[in-house]
Amino acid sequence: MKNVGNHYSITRKSIGSLFAMLFLVCSAFAQTDVAPPPLKAAASSTDAAAVASTSGDAVKGKELFNANCAACHKLDAKMTGPMLRGVSAKHDKEWLYKWIHNSSAFIKSGDADAVKLWEEYKPSVMTAFPQLSTVDIDNIIAYTDTPKDVAPPLPPGGASVVASGGTADNSATNNLVLGALVLVMGILLVMLYLVNNVLSKVAKINGIEAPEVKKIDYLNIPRAFVKNQFLLVVTAIFFLLASAYFVYGFLMQIGIDQDYAPIQPIHYSHRIHAGSNKIDCKYCHSSARVSKHSGIPSLNVCMNCHKIIAEVSDTTATPEYSKQFYDAQIKKLYKAVGWDVTTQKYTGKTQPVKWVRIHNLPDFVYFNHAQHVTVAKIECQKCHGPVQTYEIQKQFAPLTMGWCINCHRETEVKMEGNAYYDKIHSELSKKYGVDKLTAAQMGGLECGKCHY
Amino acid sequence: MSSNKKYWQSVEELNENSSVIDTLRNNEFVEEIPTTDFLADGTLSSSSTTRRDFLKYVGFTTAAATLASCEGPVHKSIPYVIQPESIIPGVADYYATTMFDGFDFANLLVKSREGRPIKIENNKEIGANFHANARVHASILSLYDNMRMKSPKIGTKNVSWSDVDSKLKMSLAEAKSSNKQVVILTGTIASPSTEKLIADFITKNPNSKHVTYDAVSESEAVDAFETVYGERGLVNYDFSKATQVLISIGADFLGDWQGGGFDYGYSKIRVPHQGKMTKHFQFESNMTLSGAAADKRVPMNSYNQTQALLKIYNMVTGNSFPTVLSKECDAIVANAAQQLKAAGSNGLLVCGIQNKNAQLLVIAINQVIASNALLTAGTRYIRKGSDAQVAQLVKDMNAGNVHTLIMSGVNPVYTLANSNGFVTGLTKVKTSVAFSLKEDETAELVTIIAPVPHYLESWDDNVLLKGTYALTQPLIRPLFNTKQFQEVLMSLNGTVGSYYDYVKANATAILAGISWNKVLHDGVITMSNQTLSGGTVDYLGAASLLSKVQPLKDYELNLYTKTGLGDGQQAGNPWLQEFPDPITRVSWDNYITIAAVDAKKLGFVNEIVANGGLDGSLANLVVNGVQLNNVPVIIQPGQALGTIGLALGYGRKAALKEEMQVGINAYSFYNNFNSVQSLKITKADGNHEFACVQGQKTLMGRGDIVKETKLTIFNTADAKEWNKQPMVSLDHEEVEAVKVDLWESFDRSVGHHFNLSIDLNACTGCGACVIACHAENNVPVVGKTEIRRSRDMHWLRIDRYYSSEDTFEGDNEKKENFDGLFGDKGSLGGFGDMEVPAENPQVVFQPVMCQHCNHAPCETVCPVAATSHSRQGQNHMAYNRCVGTRYCANNCPYKVRRFNWFLYNKNSEFDYFMNDDLGRMVINPDVNVRSRGVMEKCSMCIQMTQKTILDAKREGRYTKDGEFQTACSNACTSGAMIFGDVNDKEAVVTKLSESKRMYHLLEHVGTKPNVFYHVKVRNT
Repeated sequence: MKNVGNHYSITRKSIGSLFAMLFLVCSAFAQTDVAPPPLKAAASSTDAAAVASTSGDAVKGKELFNANCAACHKLDAKMTGPMLRGVSAKHDKEWLYKWIHNSSAFIKSGDADAVKLWEEYKPSVMTAFPQLSTVDIDNIIAYTDTPKDVAPPLPPGGASVVASGGTADNSATNNLVLGALVLVMGILLVMLYLVNNVLSKVAKINGIEAPEVKKIDYLNIPRAFVKNQFLLVVTAIFFLLASAYFVYGFLMQIGIDQDYAPIQPIHYSHRIHAGSNKIDCKYCHSSARVSKHSGIPSLNVCMNCHKIIAEVSDTTATPEYSKQFYDAQIKKLYKAVGWDVTTQKYTGKTQPVKWVRIHNLPDFVYFNHAQHVTVAKIECQKCHGPVQTYEIQKQFAPLTMGWCINCHRETEVKMEGNAYYDKIHSELSKKYGVDKLTAAQMGGLECGKCHY
Repeated sequence: MSSNKKYWQSVEELNENSSVIDTLRNNEFVEEIPTTDFLADGTLSSSSTTRRDFLKYVGFTTAAATLASCEGPVHKSIPYVIQPESIIPGVADYYATTMFDGFDFANLLVKSREGRPIKIENNKEIGANFHANARVHASILSLYDNMRMKSPKIGTKNVSWSDVDSKLKMSLAEAKSSNKQVVILTGTIASPSTEKLIADFITKNPNSKHVTYDAVSESEAVDAFETVYGERGLVNYDFSKATQVLISIGADFLGDWQGGGFDYGYSKIRVPHQGKMTKHFQFESNMTLSGAAADKRVPMNSYNQTQALLKIYNMVTGNSFPTVLSKECDAIVANAAQQLKAAGSNGLLVCGIQNKNAQLLVIAINQVIASNALLTAGTRYIRKGSDAQVAQLVKDMNAGNVHTLIMSGVNPVYTLANSNGFVTGLTKVKTSVAFSLKEDETAELVTIIAPVPHYLESWDDNVLLKGTYALTQPLIRPLFNTKQFQEVLMSLNGTVGSYYDYVKANATAILAGISWNKVLHDGVITMSNQTLSGGTVDYLGAASLLSKVQPLKDYELNLYTKTGLGDGQQAGNPWLQEFPDPITRVSWDNYITIAAVDAKKLGFVNEIVANGGLDGSLANLVVNGVQLNNVPVIIQPGQALGTIGLALGYGRKAALKEEMQVGINAYSFYNNFNSVQSLKITKADGNHEFACVQGQKTLMGRGDIVKETKLTIFNTADAKEWNKQPMVSLDHEEVEAVKVDLWESFDRSVGHHFNLSIDLNACTGCGACVIACHAENNVPVVGKTEIRRSRDMHWLRIDRYYSSEDTFEGDNEKKENFDGLFGDKGSLGGFGDMEVPAENPQVVFQPVMCQHCNHAPCETVCPVAATSHSRQGQNHMAYNRCVGTRYCANNCPYKVRRFNWFLYNKNSEFDYFMNDDLGRMVINPDVNVRSRGVMEKCSMCIQMTQKTILDAKREGRYTKDGEFQTACSNACTSGAMIFGDVNDKEAVVTKLSESKRMYHLLEHVGTKPNVFYHVKVRNT
């Protein structure tokens, strides 16, 4: 089949370059406003500025906190355990030492506060930390006592700045080259005109009479054209063919939803999850290993992590999407799954999320994820694009039959270590006289493999 | 020269003064076009919309609709909030369960996708003795029946279950105080827990009793069994032990005789093994599946059957009760009896005569010859009903002695012959409750209607076979506000907890150490192998009583149950309604079957009319004063003279879609639960239009379709003689047709190459495969009128052929010996004769689906390459590529391609099951639902073979034999259909493909099919 997609881009390019030529004159030398340099990354932590008002060292305390406490505690929010900022105001140090070193023994001893705390958070038991010295604990307390300050205004994302800078540079060079070319052309034209002038002047001086140039009757051309039947027919055929070509191209792209990126009920960012946090695709889309469906993860999978992560870190936010925005999305998840953040319990009131389906394969196509993911060991990105960079998920591939078939023609089947292929491989490679077999040679182009 | 001949169209034209002709000449359309109908009200002329405006609107809406259609629809995907651990979207789960609805019973494995059951499979665990028949396979669709009752009702008002409870408790108290009867009326119960609950109920309410009856009764056989062995049950004959001689007298054991389910054992003894196979005699009146499979079938009425039984009893035991048989029959019966006696323990005699004495003689004969099939058999508890008790109940009701009547799983208003007596009795019952799936004939008349869940939504335990224990477990949460009968009993008894708890608690005692989870997983467990030894009664007395039976005076009516509908419980199931009867090949109907001679005497005819449909005469029937008018007639080859067959289970009206309300209710003839009745028959005016998928004609000696031979020839002669290869002429020399080829063959030695083996010896024509295919491949139901137009959609059909001589061999001989056009051996008249089936023809069944030809004629004619061939031997059909030219169907020599003449889903014109959301829940998500204008056909279940391959790939191993299955081969328990990979040298199917009995359908066409058959061998 003809590849109509290219056709489009050619027209676009040619029209585009025409405009570029015109545009160049005005803008070629206006490319001075280079994007501002990336702002300095977030100022080194405010913790350093925090004065060690207490006896402990807050910097060391932060390290210890992150290593030992952060799994269950946050400074400003309740998690498995209570929020810890200002904990020294609630309990005296001796009390805290005892609690941290061995809370369960402390509870058994019958301390009223300890029992009260246990009642509030049971059945979670705080791990005992006998290894922490009182100094360590002082340091942690010092860290927890640092005052909460407002998050600094967020710097624009470095990556996007670099990217846009890159594009600017690129187009600038392009424009420069084009500009130079136009300049050369102009100079040539001027030179031609000058030479012509000089020559005619010289001829005049020498008295040579240039033969009178016959005036062309420009109005006669179309008349002649109309009279010339042959030309007319050829042009008509040309226009008909050309329009048929364009109409065909238009029709063939109907129903192809490449780059379809609908607005989802929860703004879920693959960039954060698969990109920044490097979560394996199949952690959430686990059924892709065994089933024909990759599966949209059920909300209990989300809660594996989001039970703990109630808000995004400051660095996650981008100029486009603020931290508040992302936190609101997590709130939406909690609402859907029925999770009460304050009590850290499921309420049982759920509202299933109605995601908008992005990849809509027609019903008459049978596609099996397990075959491609588990057996063929194909990276998810091959068909779904660089998902780890997508803030908003979109359809990367055209999902046309031509696209499928092409891959089946080109892709070599990974047969090593799979006993299923042993016999078939030896027989087929003898038959085709090749060592590596493509999916097509395995029979991957047969109609019934995907249509039943 | 001009001719003065007068051409005329109708006789009327010859009449010169006819006014009709004048009118017609001047006015072609006699009736005026009814424009006034829609112009008369004047709204059109007074409308302000001009023609131009109208066109503008039309243009705009068309354009807008076109533009709007360019935009793709938005689909929503809603994941689980908390995904159950066992469910992975897209992966099927299987659960073992057991089905028993009072008529059908089976140990099952049910396939479930995303929490909805979609397919019934056979449980293949050891001890799972009962396999699914066509009705059980179809029962999954009855779960999604939109006509099911959705909420309990008192009168016509929807109420809550607590209302039902309190009303019932009140009624029970009232019955106790007024000292009147409380009766629980149920079908046969095989559940120990339910029996215990009923026993508890009776202890709590001493004025109550439990009455059991079966709609289609085996009461006489159960009584006989009880007399000999001391409990109510039936013999679970092990047919596989009858390796030498099998005599059946009026017992359609391949059908529903004593519950059926004997085909598994039977097919084992009917495939020649080391030159031996059982000799099967069948003495019967209707043409049945068993008769069709028999080596020697003798049509005889029930009186003669009784005489034959007595004669065999005489000969086996050495008694001499007087018997009356025609000379010819007498000789055959004597021969059969001698062979049975000689076979001894390798013989078996079964009998379907509804007479306790006859049933006692059967046990006697089998005990005398020490038949292994009887002695090693267990006891089946699937029929326990007592006819006498239900007759007494109707009397009690009419006498006003019954205060409260609780019915579960029965529909007496429909199934009792004395339905009127029951209905009047019901009016005298203060409180009547019907526990039922649907608001059926009985439920319409009771005071409390209690909807029960389908068996796929229920818990239960079953002892179908003595010494085994099987569980029924729910596959889906109840779809409607239903409650099991047992749960209501529990609340009446004051037992706390759910019925599940109750079953589980009971199981501990029964299972004695075997874990509940194991039983739940396996579905069934055998605790002890029971045999039937000992037991004796006065057989001589029984024989002398039997010898006093008198012949009927009029025609003899034989009531039977059809493979499709059975006792009629699933009359609302469109798969079963559309399932063609294996013998007559008629769907959507019941009718009387009559012998050709009798039909001629009474003036009945069957004829094929212009559109290819079958028309039949109508008859008026009178039995015991009850008259049924306009019953359609089918002339049935092989029907015993003077007998008439009529199927039960049809003619239901309540809670059925209009399309399903077909046939007539033969239960009104079922007096005293006796299937044999004296009948008066007369011809009625008019014709009946049948929906018949195959004519009642013969094979015409076409030996290349069905090959059949005798055991003696099979054992002695060379395979070339009885499995003749078709020959063609190549370069003026005779060569085998298979050796000549127009095309170059593909190399199919690499990878998988699927073949399907069909053994005509093992195939009983039961039709389980047809329904399994229906369920697996989302085959639509098209309805009666479409079937009549030969637009059936079954991917798999079971052809039935009759012989025109007494045997198929005879047909072949006659054809071979044709000599010239005229005369005794003339082919001109001879072929005409051969179209007519014999009075007692041989019958053969042949399942035919797409043959998946390696040189497929359909592929070469498709203009758009929508059908193409795969390396794995499957002929692919890409529906989305098909443009519906139907060339392929024209060019297919096997006529297996099916065309979607209409859109059969979401179309109110075809309101069967694909038209409502509930019915569509049965659709297999791995198979496309085809649209209008598309050709479809058997895909050799490519979704199943691909799944098997993928599983092997994922597990990093090669596929194993037996793993590859199709829906039909999976459903076939008789071993007639074996599927597999012929490139696997060790596979069973490879061995079968090398068998001497192997042949291809229409081999001479050179299509090289991937489906092959085995020559049918008869032990004659």
